[in-house]
Amino acid sequence: MIEFRSVSKQFPDGTLAVDDFSLVLPSHKTTVLVGSSGSGKTTLLRMINRMVDPTGGAIEIDGVDIAGLEPVKLRRSIGYVMQNSGLLPHRTVVDNVATVPLLRGVPKKQARTDALALLDTVGLERTLADRYPSQLSGGQQQRVGVARGLAVNPNILLMDEPFGAVDPIVRAELQQELIRLQRELGKTVVFVTHDVEEAFLLGDQVVILRQGGRIAQVGSPAEILANPADDFVASFVGADRGRRALHLESHGGRDILVDSDGRLAGVLTDGSRQSEAAPVPGSGAAAQGGDSR
Amino acid sequence: MTLFLDALNWIFDPANNVGDGSIPSRLLEHLVFTLVTILMASALAVPLGFLIGHTGRGRGLAVAVSGGLRALPTLGLLTLVALWVGIGLEAPYVALTVLAIPPVLAGAYTGFEAIDRTTIDAARSVGMSEWQIVRKVEIPLGLPLLIGGLRSGTLQVVATATLAAYVADFGLGRFLFTGLKTRDYAEMLGGSILVILLALALEGIFSVIDRVVLPRGVAAGHPTEVRARSARPRPGMESTIAEGRN
Repeated sequence: MIEFRSVSKQFPDGTLAVDDFSLVLPSHKTTVLVGSSGSGKTTLLRMINRMVDPTGGAIEIDGVDIAGLEPVKLRRSIGYVMQNSGLLPHRTVVDNVATVPLLRGVPKKQARTDALALLDTVGLERTLADRYPSQLSGGQQQRVGVARGLAVNPNILLMDEPFGAVDPIVRAELQQELIRLQRELGKTVVFVTHDVEEAFLLGDQVVILRQGGRIAQVGSPAEILANPADDFVASFVGADRGRRALHLESHGGRDILVDSDGRLAGVLTDGSRQSEAAPVPGSGAAAQGGDSR
Repeated sequence: MTLFLDALNWIFDPANNVGDGSIPSRLLEHLVFTLVTILMASALAVPLGFLIGHTGRGRGLAVAVSGGLRALPTLGLLTLVALWVGIGLEAPYVALTVLAIPPVLAGAYTGFEAIDRTTIDAARSVGMSEWQIVRKVEIPLGLPLLIGGLRSGTLQVVATATLAAYVADFGLGRFLFTGLKTRDYAEMLGGSILVILLALALEGIFSVIDRVVLPRGVAAGHPTEVRARSARPRPGMESTIAEGRN
């Protein structure tokens, strides 16, 4: 469990990036911080591994105030995945993944074996292990980034817009992959994005931020959609327009759903989730589970 | 043309190739002098440059000091130091170390500065200590530019080291000064040719070092593509490299 207690951050130039922020991030769940630029979401994320130190308040991980922990040691115990992968360009894929375990003193051979296994976990061919980052596609680099984040088997995984720089198709693929991984691994994931769709897809808990790190609303995606706290949230999540604002139209005796732009969104069914109602082993239930959200 | 032939004759004259003050011994003196000077300059400039590059502090000062050192006329400095410490090799060592510091210093800190900030940030985020960032990220990635600085420093020193003969019986410059005094222009030109050859040889060695130190992963996606073909076979680098970085 990660807890922010009245955390503030004022940068030396006077900018108040975060103002009196309090929040509990439950263990083994994905919390998504979503907001436009200037909302302090990345600053909040980077406070968790002390890349940024708050100027006020405290952050606790499992009841321990991290201000008393040594930053380098703390960072080695937390997975970190960033936009543009942040891989070391002069090291091969497998060496990049093994970076932190080697720093922690894991024997070289063991670190390499573990790193290769992690490539399997994130869905990368082992044949890529000895390539350099510049020889990989953007999506592959992000997968390596995720593997590196998981390399020390951390309880906490911080993800700073990890899929922001890849094309929409690869992004959708990586998102599904993360959902699968999270189901298998159950990490405490803190995910930062400016994309509401991504936040609703991935988040168990979604935190919508205004400027200056002030919380507009916290809740599950369903709660936020059902009861937007105010106009800002409603407009931010798009509950009042487009493909989120659906209405029923009767057509040939069945109810069909139409969005506010007049596009067909689907039909109204009896409400049971397909993936739960009829689980078929090995038939892509994961993808359906993702779609039905 | 005859002068040039005379110079070649002078170089290959057996009488000039044996004993004290012969061409080989002068060549060796010159080379050792150059290397020692570069080592001394590096001992000062490389750690300082790394510090500036890593912390991002003191860059303005470094630029100002480098500019100042560069502006010093080497012959003037040499004479000044010689008057102070006396005739001998101390003065040329001091003067030429001063000459070599700016390029080496600039190579050291620009090498660090040229590294993508997100790479450094990522290294820190995953838990590298500052010293590990310097050692495992900044030095390997900054090495090509440092080598570039050493290269230009070495070339300046090897050419200017002829001045050492101005205050000491030393190096290839001896042939130039003696030749000038005795109006033996063949010897003078021969001496210059030897300096030029030595400079070219060092340049050749540096271009080899340059290829060796370029980190492989960086070479794989090298944006400027200086070399069409890599110096040694690098596995797994055939077709995919061209993608994405062009």
